[in-house]
Amino acid sequence: MSTPLPISSEGTPAQDLEVETPPRNRFRVFVLALGAVLFIFPFYYMVIGSFQAVADKSLSGILPHPGNMTVTNYQEINDAIDAPRALLNSSIFTIGVLLFTVLFGLLAGYALAVMHFRGRATVLSFVLLVLVIPFQLLQIPLYILIVRSYGLGDTYIGMILPFAINSTAVFIFRQYFLQLPRELFEAARIDGASELTTMLRVAIPLARPAILNAVLLTFIGPWNEFLWPFLVTKQQDMQPFAVALANYMNNVAGRATNPDGANMAGGVLLAIPPVVLFLIFQKHFTSANIGSGVKG
Amino acid sequence: MTLVRGAKSGSTIEGGLDVEKERWLGRQPIGLLFILPYVIFLIGIFVYPLVVQFVISFYDFFFAAPGADVDRPWVGLQNYADVLQDPTFQRSLFNVFVFMIINVPATVFLSLVLAYALNTKIRGLWFFRGAYYAPYVTASVAIVTVWLFMFGVTGIVNTVLGPLAPDPSWLINSYWAMPMIAIFVTWKQLGFFILLYLAALQNVPNEVYEAADVDGAGAVRKFRSVTVPGVRPATTLVIILATITGMNLFTEPYLLTNGGGPNGASVTPVFYMYQKGVEQGQAGYAAAIGMILLAITLLIALVQRRLLERD
Repeated sequence: MSTPLPISSEGTPAQDLEVETPPRNRFRVFVLALGAVLFIFPFYYMVIGSFQAVADKSLSGILPHPGNMTVTNYQEINDAIDAPRALLNSSIFTIGVLLFTVLFGLLAGYALAVMHFRGRATVLSFVLLVLVIPFQLLQIPLYILIVRSYGLGDTYIGMILPFAINSTAVFIFRQYFLQLPRELFEAARIDGASELTTMLRVAIPLARPAILNAVLLTFIGPWNEFLWPFLVTKQQDMQPFAVALANYMNNVAGRATNPDGANMAGGVLLAIPPVVLFLIFQKHFTSANIGSGVKG
Repeated sequence: MTLVRGAKSGSTIEGGLDVEKERWLGRQPIGLLFILPYVIFLIGIFVYPLVVQFVISFYDFFFAAPGADVDRPWVGLQNYADVLQDPTFQRSLFNVFVFMIINVPATVFLSLVLAYALNTKIRGLWFFRGAYYAPYVTASVAIVTVWLFMFGVTGIVNTVLGPLAPDPSWLINSYWAMPMIAIFVTWKQLGFFILLYLAALQNVPNEVYEAADVDGAGAVRKFRSVTVPGVRPATTLVIILATITGMNLFTEPYLLTNGGGPNGASVTPVFYMYQKGVEQGQAGYAAAIGMILLAITLLIALVQRRLLERD
């Protein structure tokens, strides 16, 4: 391959020195860029569409046209589903799930990683089983128990309960604690620290990256969840945003002046929180622990 | 707190008793207390519902007005027999099969290739990674809004395709409804599987690549002979997780193809379970569907694990 080093027509060669792009990488960058367009375009198009006064499905509709721009779609969706309230419901649901996930996950992950007790292997195989059998396959008994028997329909706790234990988080924490040197825990035990003190003072401060990782990976679960809150909430003022938007799309949008625009305005509002959070914490968004966790 | 103290397994005079205790409860029996909240919830929202589902699947269990005293007769295996002969249920299994035929290979191939391409130091890497993760972190419900806009009858995709556009359009076409869901889910979930592969790629030692270089292997050969075998355990996981996703489709058939597509072309088992159990109130019937799906999911996961980890 005798392709010369890439020197852009406008830039000076010096600018290109910081990261060399070997010829081999050009194909790589080309493939990545092509794929990225396919992944980003729907998001771009959703934003553009959400600001259109009249839905423009022509080719030129890909570009924003100042004459056809409006915020009416956002007003329409806000009037129909009370967006702040729905976003608040989503937040409460999500934070509740995260609290359970981190608390139970840390306790279980710690115990499974550094403690030796009877029944450990059994619990571990159940954690794996929960990973394979997701709650969707148990939706009927969960619906009967939580909504019918316990009367927890249209409550936050009813929404949160089925997601209170999260196998992925347990694996992340377990794997993280397994990587820490055993001597740390042994030393604390020899110093007479109780297991709880060891966990709170030694393990958890070290586990901050794992906690952030688990929070980031589990945040999108409840925030984006549709089926369960959809089953549990009948009152609109209790519905998370995803449920309220889906019901709006199916039942109400037809009456809007620009149904597509209103739907997409809702889509943008629902998408913003996780996307922003993800952009801020992108570096911590890894899965190093999941794969190996399941193997162990 | 007093219980926590008990964790200290000291060298007391009754050493023999300690050894006996340790043999029965383990070195840190306090671990049982740590795991207790998890286990309680495991029983409450997993084991117990599973038992309930199993039991009511043998009854003609239906929803009645609250407080009404109704007779729900034992019907034995009747629900199972009915479900297995139900054409809609059979159709839903076929639909999932179509979904997996497209989704699983596409997911494995694309996520491995993209992870391989992303596993490098190039300019703008953060942008590429961000782009591929974006659909994964976004709700299906949000993305469905723009897919409906793009793939509608007069949508931009059909505008570009002109006479090549399928008629009826993608999402209301009984041949395209399920493949469209497969494409949607593959696209949406790809970021997660790229994450898994990126982590796995860190475990492939650089020396193996260097050795391949010495042997004069080309890029494609190195990918096939070093990368693919090197990430084998991750591939097993990706295949199992992608299969589980396929067994649990609900949001996409419900929203993207408007409740199961034309003539049930995109009805999925979980969607059908919802229709029967919640919409039509036949919980016993739906529970039988749930048990059958559970058995199928476990069986597939088991078989895949066996096949993929044989060597």
